[in-house]
Amino acid sequence: MSSLDTLTEQAINWHDKPLSKNEKEVSRIMTICNACRYCEGFCAVFPAMTRRLSFDNKADLNYLANLCHNCGACLHACQYAPPHEFGVNVPQSMAKVRKETYISYAWPAPLGRLYERNGLTLSLATAFGVILFLILALISQGTLWHEPLAGDFYAVFPHNTMVVMFGSVFSLAILAIVIGLVKFWRDTSPGRPSTPAMFEATQNVLQLKYLDGGHGLGCNDEDDRFTHRRRVFHHLTFYGFMLCLAATSVATIYHYVLGWEAPYGYTSLPVILGTVGGIGLLIGPAGLFWLNKHRAPLHGDPSQQTMDRGFIALLFWVSLTGLALLVWRDTSAMALLLAIHLGFVMAFFLTMPYSKFAHGFYRSAALLKWSIEKRQPNNLGLGSE
Amino acid sequence: MTKQWDVIVVGGGNAALCAALTAREAGSTVLMLESSPFEWRGGNSQHTRNLRCMHDGPQDVLIDSYPEEEFWQDLLKVTGGLTDEKLARMVIQESSRCRGWMQKHGVRFQPPLSGALHVARTNAFFMGGGKALVNAFYRSAENLGVDILYETPVDDIEFDGSRFVAVRSGEKRFEGKACVLACGGFESNREWLREAWGQNERGEWPSDNFLIRGTRFNTGTVLKVMMQAGADIIGDPSQSHCVAIDARAPLYDGGICTRIDCVSLGVVVNRDAVRFYDEGEDFWPKRYAIWGRLVALQPGQIAYSIIDSKAIGRFMPPVFEGTKAQTIGELADKLGLDRAVMEKTVADYNQACAPGTFDHTILDDCRTEGIEPAKTHWALPLDKAPFYAYAVRPGITFTYLGLKTDDKASVFFGGERSPNLYAAGEINAGNVLGKGYTAGVGMSIGTVFGRLAGAQAAIAAQKQDAGVDHVVA
Repeated sequence: MSSLDTLTEQAINWHDKPLSKNEKEVSRIMTICNACRYCEGFCAVFPAMTRRLSFDNKADLNYLANLCHNCGACLHACQYAPPHEFGVNVPQSMAKVRKETYISYAWPAPLGRLYERNGLTLSLATAFGVILFLILALISQGTLWHEPLAGDFYAVFPHNTMVVMFGSVFSLAILAIVIGLVKFWRDTSPGRPSTPAMFEATQNVLQLKYLDGGHGLGCNDEDDRFTHRRRVFHHLTFYGFMLCLAATSVATIYHYVLGWEAPYGYTSLPVILGTVGGIGLLIGPAGLFWLNKHRAPLHGDPSQQTMDRGFIALLFWVSLTGLALLVWRDTSAMALLLAIHLGFVMAFFLTMPYSKFAHGFYRSAALLKWSIEKRQPNNLGLGSE
Repeated sequence: MTKQWDVIVVGGGNAALCAALTAREAGSTVLMLESSPFEWRGGNSQHTRNLRCMHDGPQDVLIDSYPEEEFWQDLLKVTGGLTDEKLARMVIQESSRCRGWMQKHGVRFQPPLSGALHVARTNAFFMGGGKALVNAFYRSAENLGVDILYETPVDDIEFDGSRFVAVRSGEKRFEGKACVLACGGFESNREWLREAWGQNERGEWPSDNFLIRGTRFNTGTVLKVMMQAGADIIGDPSQSHCVAIDARAPLYDGGICTRIDCVSLGVVVNRDAVRFYDEGEDFWPKRYAIWGRLVALQPGQIAYSIIDSKAIGRFMPPVFEGTKAQTIGELADKLGLDRAVMEKTVADYNQACAPGTFDHTILDDCRTEGIEPAKTHWALPLDKAPFYAYAVRPGITFTYLGLKTDDKASVFFGGERSPNLYAAGEINAGNVLGKGYTAGVGMSIGTVFGRLAGAQAAIAAQKQDAGVDHVVA
């Protein structure tokens, strides 16, 4: 951990920095909200807000911003939303600060700028770049088009090559995310999590509790109507992704522990997990993409749509090409399909720490802090006589 | 042939929506005419947050019980008897029965908000507040096929005797078999306020300095049309629910967040830097409603709530930052008040504070001795710098002048009941609430009379159908 300490040292100076323009806006809005409080029932942001009297602390503002799920309920319910001269738009102001959180905690720091540019174009360009490279490599080896290999990927790309390539990039990506997260966690100084707090936070993350609107009717998309669509599509995406991860993990165990080498049969555990997960990872991102396109214009930060959509699109293509590979793995096109799939997977791994992927980590950390904080005594006794 | 609706609802707030939904549920075709654009729909209801409801035992978000008699006594107390017992008791009883219906139409309730625990027993809070309620009702109305027109302010009504025929909005004319007027009071009509409040002995027009906490669309046009048409009127035009709010609040739609809740924790001085009323007379939620009028009677219709640092964290945080100073003299300078007078006012007050045990949750024994006006509770010397001041002005929430109605929500002309014209909401609230206020009662009146008016209008429309059929047969 000592190396991690060095890496996170810079976090200490962070508090002294002046508020950014976007943080000032959240501060202004939270001051209005704290005097109103009508939205207290929707989510955790508002009860967390009521435990504070002023909003001039960078860490607090970034914590609140990441606690916000951008469900939209408070915007539609707001008596001070535009065109009111107070111009209160909580989800939008929070979204803008969230992007700053991702950028300021990115590791290595200079790469944080990638969040600005990590859109659909960059994601796809990275993917196509890798795909092109792999195809050219195959052509130079003369193995792009081949006799059916019964799904033996390793005949095309040796197992160890793939492990080294993807394993190292994936590990680096995870390391980058963890470093940013640890810095964020230290800055928000939440205190020690108790078991109930951890249990509750985990539950809130896994259930997407705060996309339920507080009343269980769901969240807003196009207008003030509540639906569960976003929650359902997000669940399909998240659990689809987790199943794919599980498929890979099981396959790794098969390979290294049990000595069973791929390809695995259609009824084998890795393939079943991957197929079910892959289908979730098709429907989920497709739905989220559609919802993203139809969101009310005041929801969230329009400048981040490209980041959101780039990430969603990559997930979709990773899944689609993975499933295609599974279907046609016994044909002459396997090498080509494999190259395409690996290209998308590599693009996903490469952009992971500087993409929308980060939101899940910072959101989970904020939710854990909330579960810790709400169990601490509230010292404010505001005139509720 | 001109289209004729069964029921036309004039207005777009809670009472109007309750009327429209109820009439539609009864099978009527309904047209709702909201004067505001979509973004500002809902009138004053978008600024509300709860419903005062009678209940005989714990009910989901409501704790303990709030029996009819207690509700009635509360109403009697705040109105000083300016109420109609029959109508009031009807509202109270019905307030216990409307929440299921509201939920059916998408409204959700929640336990009281932090800082509002004093009404946990009596009031059911809308999750997300009044605008969320209004949104839910509009969604339900659209789903049920209520026709809704925004930006359609009604400026004239056609009658045949006491019978309603049609409404007009500019060049447009809408015919209906029955009509519900639920379009609020006149508080955003500056001219009318001027007329009602007149000129004071200082030659000021006090209402020019009033802020309107609610919608800018309550101009009272329909109320005036009805007065000219000879409708029976109830209430005093100079009476309104008027609280002291931050002087920097916007002219309209400042809503809840502009309130200043630290009056009972300090002193309040006027433009001459002198105190003028007992700041600690009673718990703030029971007194905030008189301070608007108190400030309206002061020169320049402005006052300054002054606290010291002991009060910080003891009251709901205000929306605007207070004026801050290290000494009372400096504070006076910053506020543009007479420094010497201000220092004397605070020194006199500090000296008069008798020792006691401060407790903001009870009517404690910290009071002043030997000064006028006294501060009878929570009187602690202002001695801990920094000091803070909040300038306050009268903020009008709603007016009481309205249409006289009976227990069928019917409108009257010279004592004669209209067969097909009804009123609900702020425009008829004066029947129950002649003056004063208690949290959430406006929504109780609007909801009960709105539903009642909608049901009666649907019946009136059916009767008219039956009558026409009979003639044809």
